[in-house]
Amino acid sequence: MAAIIELENLSKHYSSTIIGVDDVSLSVEDGEFVTLLGPSGCGKSTLLRMIGGFEAPTHGRIRLAERDVTWDPPYKRAVNMVFQDYALFPHMTVGENIAYGLKMMGMGRAEQRTAALEALTLVGLADRFDQRPNQLSGGQRQRVALARAIVRRPKVLLLDEPLSALDARLREQMQIELKHLHDKVGITFIMVTHDQTEALVMSDRVVVMEQGRIAQEGKPQDLYDHPVSPYVANFIGTTNFVPATVADATEAAATIETAAGSLQVLLDRPVAKGAEMTLGFRPEKTRALAEGEAAENALSGHVAEVIYYGLGVRVSVEIADGTRLYVDSLLADALARSTVPQVGTKMRVAVEPHNIFLFDGRVAP
Amino acid sequence: MSAAPRRNLAGALILGIPILWILVFMLLPYGIIVTYSFWIKKYPSFMPAFQLGNYVTLFTDPQYLQVMARTLKISTLVSLCSFALAYPFAYYLVFRCRSQALRTWLYMAVIAPLWVSYLLRAYVWKTILGTEGILNSFLISTGIIAEPSPVFLYNQFAMVVTLTYIFIPFMVMPIYTALEKIPRNLSEASADLGMGPWRTFLHVTLPLSMPGVAAGFTLTFCLSFGDFVAPFLVGGPDGNLVANVIATQFGAALNWPLGSALAIVMLIIVLSIVSLSDRLESRGNGGEF
Repeated sequence: MAAIIELENLSKHYSSTIIGVDDVSLSVEDGEFVTLLGPSGCGKSTLLRMIGGFEAPTHGRIRLAERDVTWDPPYKRAVNMVFQDYALFPHMTVGENIAYGLKMMGMGRAEQRTAALEALTLVGLADRFDQRPNQLSGGQRQRVALARAIVRRPKVLLLDEPLSALDARLREQMQIELKHLHDKVGITFIMVTHDQTEALVMSDRVVVMEQGRIAQEGKPQDLYDHPVSPYVANFIGTTNFVPATVADATEAAATIETAAGSLQVLLDRPVAKGAEMTLGFRPEKTRALAEGEAAENALSGHVAEVIYYGLGVRVSVEIADGTRLYVDSLLADALARSTVPQVGTKMRVAVEPHNIFLFDGRVAP
Repeated sequence: MSAAPRRNLAGALILGIPILWILVFMLLPYGIIVTYSFWIKKYPSFMPAFQLGNYVTLFTDPQYLQVMARTLKISTLVSLCSFALAYPFAYYLVFRCRSQALRTWLYMAVIAPLWVSYLLRAYVWKTILGTEGILNSFLISTGIIAEPSPVFLYNQFAMVVTLTYIFIPFMVMPIYTALEKIPRNLSEASADLGMGPWRTFLHVTLPLSMPGVAAGFTLTFCLSFGDFVAPFLVGGPDGNLVANVIATQFGAALNWPLGSALAIVMLIIVLSIVSLSDRLESRGNGGEF
């Protein structure tokens, strides 16, 4: 597959100290669903707006289908944007909103109408053709905005926090619908969001951004299972961080000392004996040990808090140096509910070596 | 007294005072004027009657028709000139001006003259346009003309210039407000959908600012329609507007019935323009953004 969008050392510096996007290079393949993920102010929206042509980069180039479009205005780019609050024209009907983008494409009026109706049918709102945007609900406006963008058959569809204005239930439903729409129309989607679930559920590839730069990019599973930094580990999912020191190391594995006991970890890079590290692991990739149960890799501490959330419990375990770790267990049946640990009791937690991330230095994200 | 009647009394007082005000100072005078308009002038006083003679005079005597036509023409020209100047100005302030401070200053520069005496502002144009005025001195000093020209003052041109200057804030304010209410991302969406800046203006910005334009036209038109100071100061011999004629009828001519009839005709014209623009405004956009 060919790259449809290529960003080459793209930067947006507002001043020498205020940097929106910093030296981003990214290649998006035709038909891919890529998500730019990060907290507000990380530069993800600026990056999207530069692809759309709404902001000019200070350095670098943007290529769309192998053509340099860095300095093209938005109306000359074969990309379309779904705006965060939809930006529907209030003085036009739904049908006119959708047909608006077809006016400059050399279509006759009848053709425009047919294409608009077709796009509206695709998002399930054919019966709203003659209504005004203010007669629609938030979810319906969202769909009209989508229809208005895809009716132009852009090479790339840009989505700026498309679901952020919807309520939780509708958001979940739209995540799946958007994904299906992507499969149906075969257009490349680039979405911006600060919601990790959204990113994981919908995308083929996630690009995590931090202070204007790409922190890590990859498939959702890869990011979740192999975060390269505490920042990524913390932003996608929940991660326990424990200060640790290397006690002994071979080429492939190491023994690590922590305040709650020593652990075996697998190595993907050499580490020096005595080096200060931080290890991380996911609350759900742990196992609470029964009393007297033996385990290779275990940490011990006291139960500080038990949080019940229906599907399971999250136990907060305090270890000797005061660090608190989360341990999730599912309460699969009624019997399991009676074994929920009591606050103040001792608890041991097993973590498999391949579920442990190892970060250099003492980092607190 | 129980709580409910007391609350009713308070409500009656709160509503009662303004209603009384409107009754005594607006409806009653209108009633008097309407009544007068049917009376007959009988020197040195007026005779109560119910006849349409005054109205017939207004619509048959070319003298009055001419004044009304002139007033319509001047007000229309003033509205159009104000619009032509105010729209680009408001557009610049809202969409192009980057500095918030500059925007505030420019906006204040338009609004500030409203705090200066109306008479003074009209009078200023006498000193600008007169034979010994600034315009003439400038033209002479640059050698464009050899001696002072009287063509700038005491004519309809001078009236349009003066009234435009005086009433332009009433065009700028509603247009500025209307433009400011348009979400920025609508023009971005338009550009995104393939429309260049000029088409975006025609299809999105202009239609969405129409309520402000309609309000601006209504205000400037109605204000200049009823003006009688500018004609008096800079209008010259053929500059009389309806309001001047009304003033004369109530003064020197001592024909209150005819003056009243003219006032009523003027009121009807203004009210129909206001209601027309009201309808335009409420129909204009699809409600909230």
